[in-house]
Amino acid sequence: MSKLGVTASQTVGPFLTIALKADGQEYIVPKNTEGALKLCGYVYDGEGNVVPDAVIEVWQANVFGNYNHPEDKSDTQIVNEFSGFGRSCTDQDGRFFFITLKPGQVAGRGNTLQAPHIAVNVFARGMLKQQVTRIYFSDEVKSNSEDPILNSIEDEPSRNTLVAQLNSSGDGIMEYAFDIHLQGKLETVFFDV
Amino acid sequence: MSEPSEYSRRSKNDHPPALYEGYRSTAHRSPQRKPIKIEHTLTEVTGPLFKNEKINPSESDLSIVDGQEAQGQRIYVGGKVLDEDENPVPNTLIEIWQCNAAGRYKHAVDQHPAPLDPNFTGKGRIVSDEKGEYKFTTIKPGAYPWGNHYNAWRPAHIHFSLFGPAFVTRLITQMYFPDDPLFPFDPIFNSISDEAVRKRMVSKFDLDTTEPDFALSFKFDFVLRGREATPFEGQV
Repeated sequence: MSKLGVTASQTVGPFLTIALKADGQEYIVPKNTEGALKLCGYVYDGEGNVVPDAVIEVWQANVFGNYNHPEDKSDTQIVNEFSGFGRSCTDQDGRFFFITLKPGQVAGRGNTLQAPHIAVNVFARGMLKQQVTRIYFSDEVKSNSEDPILNSIEDEPSRNTLVAQLNSSGDGIMEYAFDIHLQGKLETVFFDV
Repeated sequence: MSEPSEYSRRSKNDHPPALYEGYRSTAHRSPQRKPIKIEHTLTEVTGPLFKNEKINPSESDLSIVDGQEAQGQRIYVGGKVLDEDENPVPNTLIEIWQCNAAGRYKHAVDQHPAPLDPNFTGKGRIVSDEKGEYKFTTIKPGAYPWGNHYNAWRPAHIHFSLFGPAFVTRLITQMYFPDDPLFPFDPIFNSISDEAVRKRMVSKFDLDTTEPDFALSFKFDFVLRGREATPFEGQV
């Protein structure tokens, strides 16, 4: 059977916050949740300017490595209140953030285990379609070294663009920095999914 | 454990390139390196389902704010969300945003000297029903100028955001109206080189669902990525 043609992507344009910004959507868990961490970063363009009209969306497993989705048939636990989805519109300084829990490990292809990671969609004015990347965690040294997708990227500086750096646990919450460079020398690794 | 079956891949023809010279802002916001192809894992074939999202039925009617009617041509925009195999995509969140009838967005960045409408926010949400169907009531958006090039005007459009069943089915697009004279001049519309693919972004006027003495109706079906056909047949 011939397939229907998919609907093409178009840019979110400069006015995306009208519909895509809502209070609290950066909080995948409340800040006072045990083990909560803060992920924050800036979006930069190819000239090193911040991108104040981007929206970052994240999708992740819960702490047991389980997705709140019927296709996850693993026998780990579902945490009902944990949706796994967050959205953050960048502010005037190009900054986004999420409050979440570090995901557990999820099965990869061919009996592998993926390191804890978060899937990311990046949309912005000036982007005709989304770019897809992943966030890994700098303190997951062993599991990162065994992750099939990280290992498929031979160039170390490129691989490191996917790793959020643990900065501090200042006010009682772990804070990871993850910047997104849309273009240029520091360009983030994007995936064709 | 069995491998997740892949979603179909995005073909080059079906989507705009990251860099399109005519749309100037892509110059510094388009990655220069080729994206790395990865096989789909559980991460890519799952996605947010918004089961607990509370959506008020009034959120799909943009034509009325606090009982007061917006200015402009009242329209319905409705249709189906489907996958490539024509299966309906039910219970999926659809978010829209648009300018008002005069071509002005309710947004601080929009300085176009056209009037704002106190009875129009330009924002709506709905969840597709069991048959994948959706229907918004709104106002036909106006065309508006933008700074991309001399005398640049965007054809009338509504921004649509859809999720579908998986991380990889996520789609943000724009729906256009039939026979817009601005089509030949719009680099965002023309960033898609294939005319047939561009036409899929244009809604159709529908007299059958037009409501007498009330609203014109435009039909628009979305097609999200589907599954590859039996990708692991023969594998255990």
